[in-house]
Amino acid sequence: MKTVTRTIGTMALAVTMVLTVSCKDGNKNEPAAPMSNEMHQESMDDKDDMAMSDNQDAKAEAILNDYLNLKDALVGDDNGKAKELGNALAQSLKSFDASNYSDNEKSELNDIIEDATEHAEHISESDIKHQREHFKILSKDVTDMVAITGTQAKLYEQFCPMYDGGTAWLSKEENVLNPYYGSQMLRCGKVQREIN
Amino acid sequence: MKFLKIIAWIALVALVVIQFFPVTLNESDTIPQSDFMLVNKVPATIKNQLQVSCYDCHSNNTDYPSYSKIQPAAWFLEDHIKEGKDELNFNEWDTYSSRRKNSKLRSIIKQIESGEMPLDSYTLIHGGARLDSTAVKEIIGYMESLQKD
Repeated sequence: MKTVTRTIGTMALAVTMVLTVSCKDGNKNEPAAPMSNEMHQESMDDKDDMAMSDNQDAKAEAILNDYLNLKDALVGDDNGKAKELGNALAQSLKSFDASNYSDNEKSELNDIIEDATEHAEHISESDIKHQREHFKILSKDVTDMVAITGTQAKLYEQFCPMYDGGTAWLSKEENVLNPYYGSQMLRCGKVQREIN
Repeated sequence: MKFLKIIAWIALVALVVIQFFPVTLNESDTIPQSDFMLVNKVPATIKNQLQVSCYDCHSNNTDYPSYSKIQPAAWFLEDHIKEGKDELNFNEWDTYSSRRKNSKLRSIIKQIESGEMPLDSYTLIHGGARLDSTAVKEIIGYMESLQKD
């Protein structure tokens, strides 16, 4: 019996130490390195549609799709699903690569992606009230992104004057379903702009 | 009973042992050019309030209370500070793009408005960090003035 308790005790101590050490390591994380700014595309930067590969557009489309799915989850008052989709969106945003765009667009896109990623990450770990707060800014980010990258989809920018002094979002359907209120005020809003 | 005694000894030993693990203190003498207070013309009262209520966890320099040097309190704080700085570091304000500044300002306003910040666990010990309704109004008004469309 004595040896057993001793062994358990030693193990507990060892575990504490290991945890301690790993904690320290975790905390040493420095802020992410700045995006590398390779200039090798310079000569064919501006207005070069050839450089805009299908792959590039596909990544922007993936972001847009994740965003629209997230919007649907919020329309359905589904906090859990919105968390999952927030996470998926954060992943899509992280895999976006702006290197084929012109310098101006590149810096704009990097700003957008960085900001949007933060909002998506928050959405992946918040209650629904906070998710909606973040979704407001996320909507602006994604709208600004689409303005640069373009999209195959036909989109409707919709607007609800009641939420937080007036708030917009994107939808694939003309029919208004409000992601900021969900079932509480599902129909609040109108189409304010069509994209494509 | 012997069993409990051994457990107690182990706990005690563990407690002593963990005191030897150093904590990286969040302390810095220099205030970078990108600091919120240097970039913006912050009125003195708001400056003080931000310093007391926010900067301990949202900057590179924490004014540590004495208990914070003892484990495991130090780890608890270290974690909070790390998380706080990840979210918002006033010292690095000007390194944020204008889009992100706007996002941060909005979050600051929302968090203060709803009373989520400063954290209850923090104001419990740091009474001076608690924001009364006048301070809340002042800070929110100021943060709103910095927001750009």
